[in-house]
Amino acid sequence: MDLTLKIWRQKNASSKGKFVTYKVNDISPNSSFLEMMDILNESLVVKGEDPVAFDHDCREGICGACSLYINGRPHGPDAAITTCQLHMRRFKDGDTIVIEPWRARPFPVLRDLIVDRTSFDKIIQAGGYISVNTGGIPDANAIPIPKINADLSMDAASCIGCGACVAACKNASAMLFVSAKVSQFALLPQGKVEAAERVQAMVAEMDRLGFGNCTNTGACEAECPKEISITNIARMNREFLCSKIGAPKVKIGAGGF
Amino acid sequence: MALKYSSITKKVIMALAGLFLISFLIVHLSINLLILKNDNREAFNLAAHFMVTNPLIQTFQWVLFGGFILHILIGILLQIQNWLARPKRYKVEGYSHTSFFSKFMIHTGIVILALLALHLVNFFFKAKFGEIPSVMINGEHYEDMGILVIEKFRSLPFVLIYVFWLIFLGFHLDHAFHSALQSLGLNHSKYTPVAFGLSRVLAILIAGGFILIPVLVYIS
Repeated sequence: MDLTLKIWRQKNASSKGKFVTYKVNDISPNSSFLEMMDILNESLVVKGEDPVAFDHDCREGICGACSLYINGRPHGPDAAITTCQLHMRRFKDGDTIVIEPWRARPFPVLRDLIVDRTSFDKIIQAGGYISVNTGGIPDANAIPIPKINADLSMDAASCIGCGACVAACKNASAMLFVSAKVSQFALLPQGKVEAAERVQAMVAEMDRLGFGNCTNTGACEAECPKEISITNIARMNREFLCSKIGAPKVKIGAGGF
Repeated sequence: MALKYSSITKKVIMALAGLFLISFLIVHLSINLLILKNDNREAFNLAAHFMVTNPLIQTFQWVLFGGFILHILIGILLQIQNWLARPKRYKVEGYSHTSFFSKFMIHTGIVILALLALHLVNFFFKAKFGEIPSVMINGEHYEDMGILVIEKFRSLPFVLIYVFWLIFLGFHLDHAFHSALQSLGLNHSKYTPVAFGLSRVLAILIAGGFILIPVLVYIS
């Protein structure tokens, strides 16, 4: 396959950046998208140019490192996959592919297609955990948990924090990510203990970092490689409202929570 | 003050105000449809008289103004925050599979707001402060609001502007009811699909119902 690539090139966080057009030839339809990027980079290195910087790690769809906004969609045209799982057979010979970094104020571009996703870590640090003393391993079924809640919690916990939801959202909102992290705990008895403080702390951090608001368009859910549902956003809204109305006043940032 | 509210609180206010405005539209439409009754505008004029004289309705009118203002101001504030959240836009964007109208709520909202001004000048302010011809019903004098409506809708450009406006109201309503429930956290595996259907039905019935009035008045 012969392809034309329009790739965002940016030297560092403070430089302006621009699109640069590259031609790649003889790409196998069976190669993955990132392998195609590797081939491009090898040719650039041979020519003495800087290779295109992009995030990648496990290359098997579980780490959430690879990003890339490909032809107007995070992780490219296929549903429920990461970019490393995207194959070139999804494109046609002679296609032009536009490759951009995630665009959001809390995700500044570091270089080329790499963005800084530390914002997600900060949201997790604000409350995405449970406080337990370590000790012996508890019995597996000591606390009864309804199967449906265990399943829903596991579904929410499958979020890999890649940021595709933010990239896809017209408002650059992180609601799907935050709601998945709130839900995985809120659905289980161990997580319920700190549920009110957690949801308020994580939402406050999300707002502080400058993510947008939710318009319920569902773009996040459509692009999530782990198919996290926006029912989690409704659950987070519910948790947030209940914590504001029903729970005692929460003090955020007073040591721990 | 609204700047300090969390994103979720703002969305909850939007949802509550929006749901209230939907209930207002249903009441408004029910009264308007009376004008199509072939009784020399009697039922419509009596209903209009009730609406402008009943003390409870008059009190609720202020709540309604509040609902409108909250929905508009917070809607604009949320949109500005959303634009600020992505200072550098994509070169190619918007290919994700989403519901179409949900992406244009601010745009349909602005069209609705702009023509709402025209609507208020033509009917609401006239009814409140203008001269309305009077009519005898059951031996008593009433304002003939009905004739005001019928005279306005004799002009084709006016009818077309209203139809255009109401179609945009329909677009806005398509992403209204179910979205409000989602913002309020009212999501359920059994009932949410029903809410989606109901949202579309409300959009078609409310916009369609309102459109019927200028069109039928013009034709007759």
